[in-house]
Amino acid sequence: MAYIANTPDDERIMLERIGLESLDDLFRHIPVELRLKHPLDVPPALSELELSQVIGDLTARNQGADQRVCFLGGGSFDHFIPAVVDQLAGRGEFFTAYTPYQPEASQGTLQAVFEYQTLICQLTGMEVSNSSLYDGASATAEAMLMAQAITGRRGKIVVAETVHPEYRQVLETFLACLEPRLEVVPGPTGVVDAPALEAAIDGDTAAVVFQHPNFLGRLEDARALVAAAHAKGALAIVVVDPVSLGLLAPPSTYGADIVVGEGQSLGNPMSFGGPYLGILACRGEYVRKMPGRIVGETVDRDGKRCWVLALQTREQHIRREKATSNICTNQGLLALRAAIYLAVMGPRGLKLAAESSTRKAHYAAQRLAAVPGLELAFPGPFFKEFVIRANVNPQALLASVLGQGYHGGIALGRFDRRLADCILVAVTEKRTSDEIDGLARAYEHAIADLTAAAPPGQRGKPQILASAGSK
Amino acid sequence: MYKLVQPPLLFESSRPGRATAVLPACDVPERPLDELIPREFLRQEPPPLPELGELDVVRHYTNLSTLNMSIDSNFYPLGSCTMKYNPKRNERMAALPGLWAQHPYQDERTLQGLLAILYDLQEILAEIAGLDAVSLQPAAGAQGELTALLVAARYFRERGESRGQVLIPDSAHGTNPASAHLSGFEAVTIKSDGRGLVDLADFKAKLSDQSAVFMMTNPNTVGLFDPQIREIADLLHAKGGLLYLDGANMNAILGIVRPGDMGVDLMHYNPHKTFSGPHGGGGPGAGPIAVREHLAPYLPAPVVARKAEGEYYLDHDRPHSIGRVRSFFGNTGVLFRAYCYIRSQGPAGLKRIAQHAVLNANYLKALVEDVYPVPYDGPCMHEFVASARAFAKERGVRATDIAKRLLDYNVHAPTIYFPLIIPEALMVEPTETESRETLESFAEILRAIAAENPELLHHAPHSTPISRPDEVRAAKQPVLSWK
Ligand SMILES: Cc1ncc(COP(=O)(O)O)c(C=O)c1O
Repeated sequence: MAYIANTPDDERIMLERIGLESLDDLFRHIPVELRLKHPLDVPPALSELELSQVIGDLTARNQGADQRVCFLGGGSFDHFIPAVVDQLAGRGEFFTAYTPYQPEASQGTLQAVFEYQTLICQLTGMEVSNSSLYDGASATAEAMLMAQAITGRRGKIVVAETVHPEYRQVLETFLACLEPRLEVVPGPTGVVDAPALEAAIDGDTAAVVFQHPNFLGRLEDARALVAAAHAKGALAIVVVDPVSLGLLAPPSTYGADIVVGEGQSLGNPMSFGGPYLGILACRGEYVRKMPGRIVGETVDRDGKRCWVLALQTREQHIRREKATSNICTNQGLLALRAAIYLAVMGPRGLKLAAESSTRKAHYAAQRLAAVPGLELAFPGPFFKEFVIRANVNPQALLASVLGQGYHGGIALGRFDRRLADCILVAVTEKRTSDEIDGLARAYEHAIADLTAAAPPGQRGKPQILASAGSK
Repeated sequence: MYKLVQPPLLFESSRPGRATAVLPACDVPERPLDELIPREFLRQEPPPLPELGELDVVRHYTNLSTLNMSIDSNFYPLGSCTMKYNPKRNERMAALPGLWAQHPYQDERTLQGLLAILYDLQEILAEIAGLDAVSLQPAAGAQGELTALLVAARYFRERGESRGQVLIPDSAHGTNPASAHLSGFEAVTIKSDGRGLVDLADFKAKLSDQSAVFMMTNPNTVGLFDPQIREIADLLHAKGGLLYLDGANMNAILGIVRPGDMGVDLMHYNPHKTFSGPHGGGGPGAGPIAVREHLAPYLPAPVVARKAEGEYYLDHDRPHSIGRVRSFFGNTGVLFRAYCYIRSQGPAGLKRIAQHAVLNANYLKALVEDVYPVPYDGPCMHEFVASARAFAKERGVRATDIAKRLLDYNVHAPTIYFPLIIPEALMVEPTETESRETLESFAEILRAIAAENPELLHHAPHSTPISRPDEVRAAKQPVLSWK
């Protein structure tokens, strides 16, 4: 009720003007038998005060990164968000506008998006970026469809097993009703098996998809993977962590054709998985096959520089079933936040975020690997995540670590039974050396407790590993 | 006062050496970087991002924001988008760490409050839809459409049926045919009749055992309720097809009719429209879908479930599921605000939203339709579509000209040139949160514009930060980033 402006008098006057007697009459042309005869069975209305009590109580039951020290990653990260991001992106003029269909009344949004596109190009080294897609996973799926349209190849898409398992699931879902097959190339050592990948690519492969740093945190041999794709005329799609690009070589330097990624890390809260930011950038020659909105520069009638939605003939509202994508509402606000984040961090700030994350992650890896019962599962170069293998059940281990105040990692068995004894640990610049030391102690206590509690026969590797090799 | 001045680009304000201090120095033992990561993986130089002070950034975005129209500052009757007031209380709730600090892979025992909210929301959306099961996963309406069509495809495949077509009215939103194409179906267009409703004869002619889904928008994009929906559902069901509802226009029927009661089998919601999620300059939205029981097994995984003891959990064990359409749970932040909004309304409040949305649209229509003819007349729902065709013919004034001129009066333009079946369309959706005075003043503005000199309109807007941009140039010589 709270937000309706019309008073009872207004209501009467308005009904009179349109020749009706009651609000019910407004719906008289809807067949009676279709109309709902009873009130909706939803909870009763709450005032603002009651709402804040109810929601306050419910949210207080959650124990997220504000309550327990967070070492969770897997595509969503507890990076620091400067106050400027919340303050500026929260301005109603940005927050409560919509897609800039009327450029004369939307230059604020349009310029901000144009700047976002430029920032993404600067970060990735690519020539063009769109204005946002839903998230990293759907951006990867869009890139795959885009590669198909560019190459005209309908045979298959080759994807590294070291790509985020949920991203791979999304690719599968998208391909369920389309022609190409998805071929997954294994990564038994923590990086994709490059010869196997090369062998999987054939003359009807539209694209090769890999993630770098990959889902397990490891750095892939990006140059070799791209070269393998190009050798057979396929496009190379790389999934990146944008924060890593403060430190790692940009994808343009190893020849990527389409770069996608999850932009959550750039100033967007974890917020239980969304809303997030799908990044998509590519070579200039592919721009007309790009999905989503793109902002371009032009001039107004007085010759003044300004911005508009460009190349709209790719989009659903004009091309309908022939559009490059079905996306309409995108993730504009998240892109704005990412742009503000990058503006305030600058080149040195982003480098520091990336460098601190990597240093702290390496320190954490070293500390955890020294805990009896833990070892690094996939030694080799990594960025801010790494996998530890435990000699006790990871669920029980993580539960105990949680009890000691830490979200200690992600048990990977949920994604892949062969990784049932593995835990993915992420470290951002927010973590301190004290917190990392504390995490190591928590693991140590937990393992000691669990080992003491379990009869000897049940120690060691979980049973589930008996099925290693099958998925 | 703010001056409406377009600030330079971030990059043009950059000065070498300027910076904002945000992060501390690293506090773990320093080791040379290339001991951690081999040199060949590293950048040679830092990324070429702009270098700015904090105040530079604050002024930049503050000034940029003043160049926008928004709901907070202007009447924004953008048809089909339901630009209603976005309550500030929801923002305060969404700023609680109990939402933003939650990681998607957190132990479920640490997420009980949030899962309770999402579980409740699933139930509430099922009730409003009159359907049985809900997935909160899709990120926007269009992704909801795609998800639902993949659910339908899976359903038919498991029944051993191969049906290749999705029927879509010519008045439908562009996302409908685009989603049909993405899910591997052929989009077959159904004509509208002389009343702006589904042409039943054309529908019957095209309905076959190849028809998988009919995607209906009801109320439709012309702003009319199509009373044939039950008959359409029956005809379709008799042929084994499924009826989809594009729920973009749910604002008009909350608590009045339920899609499930009209024969709808599956649908999406746009919580950023109906349930007041802020549109964010283009997004985010969300696109939850609701389905009938027999389609529930195919919904994306996970869904929120509840154990007998009352504990909430994410149910990933769904062997018939289509899989995932995105990573993680969904656009939780948007869903959370929708929940706050619905809880603020209650059953009577939800119905009142529909009543006043429809009242406002009919009132506004009554105030302007003598000047701006509404081709498919009759009582409208939450929006109406006028046509500027007569203006165009007689005076050379097009829908664009009217839209642009409205900006001079400090109101946002309606949606124009959509739906495609109405020439020179002006699609007006006032929403229930606008007052009678606002509607009356908008009507006066529209009437005034109708009497203005066509020359003035061709060159409008005159008072916005820029005049009309050269869109042809933007398309012919695309400049898509600053170099
Ligand atoms: C009628 C209709 N259907 C579908 C959509 C697509 O929804 P979304 O923009 O949330 O993807 C819209 C929104 O713009 C719409 O107006």
